[in-house]
Amino acid sequence: MAVLVLADHDGAHLRETTAKTVTAALKISGEVDVAVLGGAKAVAEAASKIAGLRKVRHAESDALAHGLAEAEEAALLPIAGEYEAILAPATSAGKNVIPRLAARLDVAPLNDVAAVIDAKTFQRPIYAGNAVETVTTADAKVLATIRPTVFEAAGQGGSAPVEALAPGAAPAFARFVSQDTVASGRPELGAAKIVVSGGRALGSEEEFKAVLEPLADRLGAAIGASRAAVDAGYAPNDYQVGQTGKVVAPDLYIAIGISGAIQHLAGIKDARVIVAINTDPDAPIFGVADYGLVGDYKALVPELLAELAKVGR
Amino acid sequence: MKLLVPVKRVLDFNVKVRVKADQTGVDLANLKMSMNPFDEIAVEEAVRLKEKGFATEILAVSIGPAQAQDTLRTAMAMGADRALLIQTDEDLQPLAVAKALKALVDQEKPDLVIMGKQAIDGDNNAVGQMLAALWDRPQATFASKVEIAGAVATVTREIDGGLQTIAVDLPAVITADLRLNEPRFASLPNIMKARKKPLEIKPLAELGADTAPRLTVTKVAEPEGRKAGIKVTGAADLVARLKNEAGVL
Ligand SMILES: Cc1cc2nc3c(=O)[nH]c(=O)nc-3n(C[C@H](O)[C@H](O)[C@H](O)COP(=O)(O)OP(=O)(O)OC[C@H]3O[C@@H](n4cnc5c(N)ncnc54)[C@H](O)[C@@H]3O)c2cc1C
Ligand SMILES: Nc1ncnc2c1ncn2[C@@H]1O[C@H](COP(=O)(O)O)[C@@H](O)[C@H]1O
Repeated sequence: MAVLVLADHDGAHLRETTAKTVTAALKISGEVDVAVLGGAKAVAEAASKIAGLRKVRHAESDALAHGLAEAEEAALLPIAGEYEAILAPATSAGKNVIPRLAARLDVAPLNDVAAVIDAKTFQRPIYAGNAVETVTTADAKVLATIRPTVFEAAGQGGSAPVEALAPGAAPAFARFVSQDTVASGRPELGAAKIVVSGGRALGSEEEFKAVLEPLADRLGAAIGASRAAVDAGYAPNDYQVGQTGKVVAPDLYIAIGISGAIQHLAGIKDARVIVAINTDPDAPIFGVADYGLVGDYKALVPELLAELAKVGR
Repeated sequence: MKLLVPVKRVLDFNVKVRVKADQTGVDLANLKMSMNPFDEIAVEEAVRLKEKGFATEILAVSIGPAQAQDTLRTAMAMGADRALLIQTDEDLQPLAVAKALKALVDQEKPDLVIMGKQAIDGDNNAVGQMLAALWDRPQATFASKVEIAGAVATVTREIDGGLQTIAVDLPAVITADLRLNEPRFASLPNIMKARKKPLEIKPLAELGADTAPRLTVTKVAEPEGRKAGIKVTGAADLVARLKNEAGVL
């Protein structure tokens, strides 16, 4: 039987996490469909270019445009019977709808799957990534969110047909009010090749920007933050990296004034190279950093910028 | 308005996690257990709603072993009015927890369920969404702000690109994210008072919910560790190594 992947998009663009989830889906079945709920035609067309798909199903409605779980449930329930597995990237949107749909289908969902062993057996991190469980489901169906950072994106060059999907009747008891999302013009945190992150040491929103932005500009990097920096209002909530924020897996992660609590490390373990800048030589971040720079970021970040300029970055 | 707050007893977030040598699970023996941090935030929000006059009664409920009574006493010391332990020694999976909570919701008929977005042991992030579905009610997950007016909750949610605000008709399920509030510490007098608040214990079987496990954990392993690297001498050394040794620039 086929597998359905829920597309991750911002209304106008398809995110790469979708193609990564398709890779996980192809490990379960050779027949993979993508559902685009809400979003422009261009999103569905972009999805149809992912290699290896059987078809793309596109549903549109006001409620779907805002990613309300109740509306997504209404669109997906009628077609759920066609699939042996329904997967979504482990983003806040995916985590919002997959368990809801699973409960409706009387299925035990799996969150944040990091490896597909076979069609019924998966691995996923628990305890902030301090342990990895191998779990087999006895349910007829699999409903899971997939940790996109551990899967390669499926290739391009496909031309799957795009079919209209009935949006279903969304219940009126949940309504969209407003959205406050800022496009930063930088690469997406979860997909960026380089991430520079700031912690509590930055001390203020102004300082956070003044230190992190020039470095991110120079490296073409995304900006992340520790929970402490977000809680203190130095950075927006969606910058948070860690157990309960975003999981990143860039080639290069630079942690500035971040101590390296396990909850933060949970989000960066799969980075290829970790650099830490911290005044405390015993900070736990140095226990995972490939390159550690002990000292005050106030002096070190300007020096780093100058050295990067010298090598043409 | 009546609030139901489910709270889970988990390994304290500060305790170093060790996988058992036989790879059957995580070692919990004799380690500090606490209320799941997100559930503390949920209790705090419930208490604030009561202080603001929206809520009249807060019922804290935990599904777990006898020791979870401590967790419930903590919830009452923070301001919950009464508590219910649904006692079981099995570690229930999220679907089973959701079904048990649904059975309880049918009995207690709360106007609002506020709970954590995620228990930090299993990192499932599932029970709230599942309870809402089984109850056929709306969900407002990952909440960073909650406002109640009449029978509507207006909730700001932490989403991928920033924040989203939705309105849900009550009854509803709200799951708390980190920035919803900063939970209070229970004061000594309130801890004393909590000892006198009612704590009822019911065996899980009494709810009549289907809590059979669907998932079998066959192995729990240590993750592939990262090794500490080297300390570099300065920014020039760092850039040279990133370029030549690591090849990431
Ligand atoms: C349920 C739960 C979930 C959590 N989820 C997350 C999560 O997803 N992500 C996350 O990040 N955290 C999370 N946390 C919080 C985590 O436990 C830590 O509190 C947090 O990561 C600390 O942030 P920090 O490293 O910025 O601050 P601190 O721990 O205060 O570290 C600041 C560091 O800056 C260094 N420093 C100070 N001055 C300078 C200077 N001038 N130059 C250079 N270095 C300097 C200090 O030596 C110190 O190491 C969670 C906690 C809980 C309980
Ligand atoms: N055994 C339990 N008893 C009471 N509440 C629970 C239990 N397990 C989970 N919950 C609630 O469900 C939330 C989400 O948990 P989870 O889906 O397991 O990550 C937690 O923050 C709790 O509020």
